[in-house]
Amino acid sequence: MKIVNYLIMIIFSALMIYASLSLPDRGDAYAVLNKEKSLAQTQNAASYYIHNAKKDAETENMVTVILADYRGYDTLGEETVILTAGLICFLLLRIEKNKNGKKKR
Amino acid sequence: MERKKDNPIVSLVSRTVSPFIMLFALYVIFHGHYSPGGGFQGGTMLAAAFILIRLSLGMETSQLQFKSSWATPLGSAGVLIYFGTGLVALLFGGNFLDYGFIPFTGTVAENRSIGILCIEIGVAIAVMAIMVSIYDDLLKGSPDD
Repeated sequence: MKIVNYLIMIIFSALMIYASLSLPDRGDAYAVLNKEKSLAQTQNAASYYIHNAKKDAETENMVTVILADYRGYDTLGEETVILTAGLICFLLLRIEKNKNGKKKR
Repeated sequence: MERKKDNPIVSLVSRTVSPFIMLFALYVIFHGHYSPGGGFQGGTMLAAAFILIRLSLGMETSQLQFKSSWATPLGSAGVLIYFGTGLVALLFGGNFLDYGFIPFTGTVAENRSIGILCIEIGVAIAVMAIMVSIYDDLLKGSPDD
Protein backbone atom coordinates (compact mmCIF):
# COMPACT_ATOMS: atom_id res chain seq x y z
CA MET A 1 0.00 0.00 0.00
CA LYS A 2 2.87 2.35 0.77
CA ILE A 3 4.33 1.81 -2.69
CA VAL A 4 1.07 2.96 -4.27
CA ASN A 5 1.16 6.15 -2.19
CA TYR A 6 4.74 6.91 -3.21
CA LEU A 7 3.93 6.14 -6.84
CA ILE A 8 0.96 8.51 -6.85
CA MET A 9 3.06 11.22 -5.23
CA ILE A 10 5.93 10.84 -7.73
CA ILE A 11 3.59 10.79 -10.73
CA PHE A 12 1.75 13.87 -9.46
CA SER A 13 4.91 15.86 -8.80
CA ALA A 14 6.30 14.88 -12.20
CA LEU A 15 3.08 16.13 -13.77
CA MET A 16 3.29 19.43 -11.87
CA ILE A 17 6.95 19.96 -12.83
CA TYR A 18 6.13 19.18 -16.47
CA ALA A 19 3.25 21.68 -16.40
CA SER A 20 5.37 24.37 -14.73
CA LEU A 21 7.98 24.16 -17.51
CA SER A 22 5.62 25.74 -20.01
CA LEU A 23 4.72 28.72 -17.79
CA PRO A 24 6.03 32.07 -19.05
CA ASP A 25 9.12 33.58 -17.42
CA ARG A 26 8.54 36.09 -14.66
CA GLY A 27 8.31 39.60 -16.06
CA ASP A 28 8.18 38.39 -19.67
CA ALA A 29 6.73 41.35 -21.54
CA TYR A 30 5.55 39.25 -24.46
CA ALA A 31 3.61 36.67 -22.44
CA VAL A 32 -0.14 36.79 -22.95
CA LEU A 33 -0.70 37.49 -19.25
CA ASN A 34 1.43 40.62 -19.23
CA LYS A 35 0.28 42.17 -22.49
CA GLU A 36 -2.01 45.16 -22.47
CA LYS A 37 -4.66 43.41 -24.58
CA SER A 38 -5.77 39.83 -24.08
CA LEU A 39 -6.22 37.35 -26.94
CA ALA A 40 -9.81 38.53 -27.38
CA GLN A 41 -8.58 42.14 -27.77
CA THR A 42 -10.05 43.25 -24.45
CA GLN A 43 -8.01 44.98 -21.73
CA ASN A 44 -6.20 42.67 -19.32
CA ALA A 45 -6.99 43.00 -15.62
CA ALA A 46 -3.38 43.75 -14.62
CA SER A 47 -3.05 46.51 -17.16
CA TYR A 48 -6.38 48.03 -16.06
CA TYR A 49 -5.24 48.08 -12.42
CA ILE A 50 -1.89 49.69 -13.28
CA HIS A 51 -3.56 52.41 -15.34
CA ASN A 52 -6.52 53.20 -13.08
CA ALA A 53 -5.57 52.42 -9.46
CA LYS A 54 -4.36 55.95 -8.65
CA LYS A 55 -7.26 57.57 -10.48
CA ASP A 56 -9.98 55.40 -8.93
CA ALA A 57 -8.97 55.44 -5.29
CA GLU A 58 -6.56 58.37 -4.78
CA THR A 59 -4.03 55.96 -3.28
CA GLU A 60 -0.41 55.60 -4.37
CA ASN A 61 0.02 51.96 -3.38
CA MET A 62 -1.46 49.82 -6.13
CA VAL A 63 -1.37 46.67 -4.03
CA THR A 64 -3.54 48.23 -1.32
CA VAL A 65 -6.14 49.30 -3.88
CA ILE A 66 -6.27 45.82 -5.43
CA LEU A 67 -6.38 44.10 -2.02
CA ALA A 68 -9.01 46.26 -0.36
CA ASP A 69 -11.04 47.74 -3.20
CA TYR A 70 -11.01 45.75 -6.44
CA ARG A 71 -10.74 42.46 -4.56
CA GLY A 72 -12.64 43.45 -1.43
CA TYR A 73 -14.68 40.27 -1.25
CA ASP A 74 -11.51 38.20 -1.26
CA THR A 75 -10.06 40.09 1.69
CA LEU A 76 -13.35 39.83 3.59
CA GLY A 77 -13.14 36.06 3.13
CA GLU A 78 -9.52 36.01 4.30
CA GLU A 79 -10.43 37.86 7.45
CA THR A 80 -13.30 35.49 8.11
CA VAL A 81 -10.86 32.59 7.73
CA ILE A 82 -8.58 34.13 10.37
CA LEU A 83 -11.53 34.67 12.72
CA THR A 84 -12.65 31.07 12.18
CA ALA A 85 -9.17 29.78 12.94
CA GLY A 86 -9.12 31.78 16.17
CA LEU A 87 -12.56 30.53 17.20
CA ILE A 88 -11.56 26.92 16.50
CA CYS A 89 -8.44 27.34 18.67
CA PHE A 90 -10.71 28.81 21.34
CA LEU A 91 -13.05 25.81 21.19
CA LEU A 92 -10.35 23.13 21.05
CA LEU A 93 -7.61 24.43 23.33
CA ARG A 94 -9.22 26.49 26.07
CA ILE A 95 -9.59 24.19 29.07
CA GLU A 96 -10.85 25.75 32.28
CA LYS A 97 -10.11 24.11 35.61
CA ASN A 98 -12.58 23.60 38.42
CA LYS A 99 -11.82 24.47 42.01
CA ASN A 100 -11.01 20.79 42.62
CA GLY A 101 -8.32 20.99 39.97
CA LYS A 102 -10.37 18.87 37.64
CA LYS A 103 -10.28 19.76 33.99
CA LYS A 104 -13.49 21.02 32.47
CA ARG A 105 -14.29 21.97 28.90
CA MET B 1 9.33 22.97 35.28
CA GLU B 2 10.18 25.28 38.10
CA ARG B 3 9.41 28.88 37.36
CA LYS B 4 12.37 31.20 37.58
CA LYS B 5 12.18 34.58 39.23
CA ASP B 6 11.46 37.54 37.04
CA ASN B 7 14.59 38.84 35.42
CA PRO B 8 14.74 42.66 35.71
CA ILE B 9 16.76 43.04 32.50
CA VAL B 10 14.28 41.05 30.42
CA SER B 11 11.29 42.86 31.89
CA LEU B 12 12.85 46.32 31.48
CA VAL B 13 13.92 45.71 27.88
CA SER B 14 10.58 44.27 26.83
CA ARG B 15 8.68 47.07 28.56
CA THR B 16 10.86 49.61 26.75
CA VAL B 17 10.69 47.98 23.32
CA SER B 18 6.99 47.09 23.28
CA PRO B 19 5.61 50.66 22.82
CA PHE B 20 7.98 51.27 19.92
CA ILE B 21 6.79 48.06 18.23
CA MET B 22 3.22 49.30 18.70
CA LEU B 23 4.10 52.71 17.24
CA PHE B 24 5.73 51.12 14.20
CA ALA B 25 2.73 48.81 13.81
CA LEU B 26 0.40 51.83 13.74
CA TYR B 27 2.70 53.44 11.17
CA VAL B 28 2.54 50.30 9.02
CA ILE B 29 -1.26 50.24 9.24
CA PHE B 30 -1.91 53.91 8.51
CA HIS B 31 0.87 54.34 5.95
CA GLY B 32 -0.35 51.37 3.93
CA HIS B 33 -1.70 53.76 1.30
CA TYR B 34 1.78 54.97 0.37
CA SER B 35 4.20 52.19 1.23
CA PRO B 36 4.21 48.42 1.65
CA GLY B 37 2.08 47.43 4.60
CA GLY B 38 -1.53 47.33 5.63
CA GLY B 39 -3.91 45.68 8.01
CA PHE B 40 -2.54 42.16 8.09
CA GLN B 41 1.10 43.14 8.61
CA GLY B 42 0.37 45.91 11.10
CA GLY B 43 -2.05 43.75 13.07
CA THR B 44 0.53 41.01 13.39
CA MET B 45 3.08 43.50 14.70
CA LEU B 46 0.61 44.89 17.24
CA ALA B 47 -0.01 41.32 18.41
CA ALA B 48 3.76 40.82 18.65
CA ALA B 49 3.99 43.81 21.00
CA PHE B 50 1.27 42.36 23.25
CA ILE B 51 2.75 38.86 23.18
CA LEU B 52 6.19 40.23 24.10
CA ILE B 53 4.70 41.66 27.29
CA ARG B 54 2.88 38.39 27.91
CA LEU B 55 6.10 36.40 27.52
CA SER B 56 8.25 38.56 29.75
CA LEU B 57 5.95 39.72 32.52
CA GLY B 58 3.72 36.67 32.81
CA MET B 59 0.03 36.18 32.34
CA GLU B 60 -1.28 37.92 35.47
CA THR B 61 0.51 41.24 34.97
CA SER B 62 -0.28 41.41 31.28
CA GLN B 63 -3.99 41.02 32.00
CA LEU B 64 -3.83 44.68 33.10
CA GLN B 65 -2.79 45.63 29.58
CA PHE B 66 -5.01 43.39 27.49
CA LYS B 67 -7.52 41.02 29.08
CA SER B 68 -7.81 37.52 27.59
CA SER B 69 -11.58 37.83 27.53
CA TRP B 70 -11.38 40.87 25.22
CA ALA B 71 -9.70 38.96 22.43
CA THR B 72 -12.60 37.09 20.85
CA PRO B 73 -15.09 40.02 20.96
CA LEU B 74 -12.44 42.34 19.47
CA GLY B 75 -11.77 39.87 16.66
CA SER B 76 -15.46 39.72 15.86
CA ALA B 77 -15.61 43.51 16.05
CA GLY B 78 -12.85 43.78 13.47
CA VAL B 79 -14.74 41.59 11.03
CA LEU B 80 -17.89 43.59 11.79
CA ILE B 81 -16.09 46.87 10.99
CA TYR B 82 -15.13 45.43 7.61
CA PHE B 83 -18.60 44.04 6.96
CA GLY B 84 -20.28 47.21 8.26
CA THR B 85 -18.28 49.40 5.89
CA GLY B 86 -19.53 47.29 3.01
CA LEU B 87 -23.06 47.42 4.37
CA VAL B 88 -23.00 51.23 4.74
CA ALA B 89 -22.01 51.45 1.08
CA LEU B 90 -24.99 49.23 0.32
CA LEU B 91 -27.28 51.56 2.32
CA PHE B 92 -26.07 54.64 0.43
CA GLY B 93 -27.09 53.11 -2.85
CA GLY B 94 -23.97 51.40 -4.16
CA ASN B 95 -22.93 47.80 -4.40
CA PHE B 96 -21.67 45.87 -1.37
CA LEU B 97 -18.11 47.04 -0.54
CA ASP B 98 -18.28 49.86 -3.09
CA TYR B 99 -16.81 52.63 -0.90
CA GLY B 100 -17.22 55.35 -3.50
CA PHE B 101 -20.81 55.84 -2.40
CA ILE B 102 -20.10 56.53 1.29
CA PRO B 103 -20.10 60.32 1.65
CA PHE B 104 -16.91 60.87 3.68
CA THR B 105 -15.65 63.69 1.46
CA GLY B 106 -16.57 65.34 -1.79
CA THR B 107 -15.04 63.18 -4.50
CA VAL B 108 -15.57 59.51 -5.22
CA ALA B 109 -11.84 58.74 -5.32
CA GLU B 110 -11.23 60.21 -1.85
CA ASN B 111 -14.23 58.29 -0.50
CA ARG B 112 -12.60 55.12 -1.75
CA SER B 113 -9.32 56.07 -0.09
CA ILE B 114 -10.99 56.54 3.30
CA GLY B 115 -13.07 53.39 2.84
CA ILE B 116 -9.86 51.44 2.27
CA LEU B 117 -8.48 52.93 5.50
CA CYS B 118 -11.58 51.80 7.45
CA ILE B 119 -11.14 48.30 6.09
CA GLU B 120 -7.46 48.20 7.00
CA ILE B 121 -8.31 49.21 10.57
CA GLY B 122 -10.90 46.43 10.79
CA VAL B 123 -8.44 43.87 9.46
CA ALA B 124 -5.73 45.06 11.88
CA ILE B 125 -8.01 44.82 14.92
CA ALA B 126 -9.21 41.35 13.97
CA VAL B 127 -5.74 39.98 13.23
CA MET B 128 -4.29 41.47 16.44
CA ALA B 129 -7.06 40.09 18.65
CA ILE B 130 -7.01 36.64 17.07
CA MET B 131 -3.22 36.34 17.39
CA VAL B 132 -3.33 37.23 21.09
CA SER B 133 -6.31 34.91 21.57
CA ILE B 134 -4.48 31.94 20.00
CA TYR B 135 -1.44 32.61 22.23
CA ASP B 136 -3.68 32.71 25.31
CA ASP B 137 -5.48 29.53 24.29
CA LEU B 138 -2.19 27.70 23.86
CA LEU B 139 -0.96 28.89 27.25
CA LYS B 140 -4.19 28.13 29.09
CA GLY B 141 -3.58 24.38 29.25
CA SER B 142 -0.09 24.65 30.76
CA PRO B 143 0.30 23.87 34.46
CA ASP B 144 2.25 27.08 35.01
CA ASP B 145 -0.67 29.39 34.48
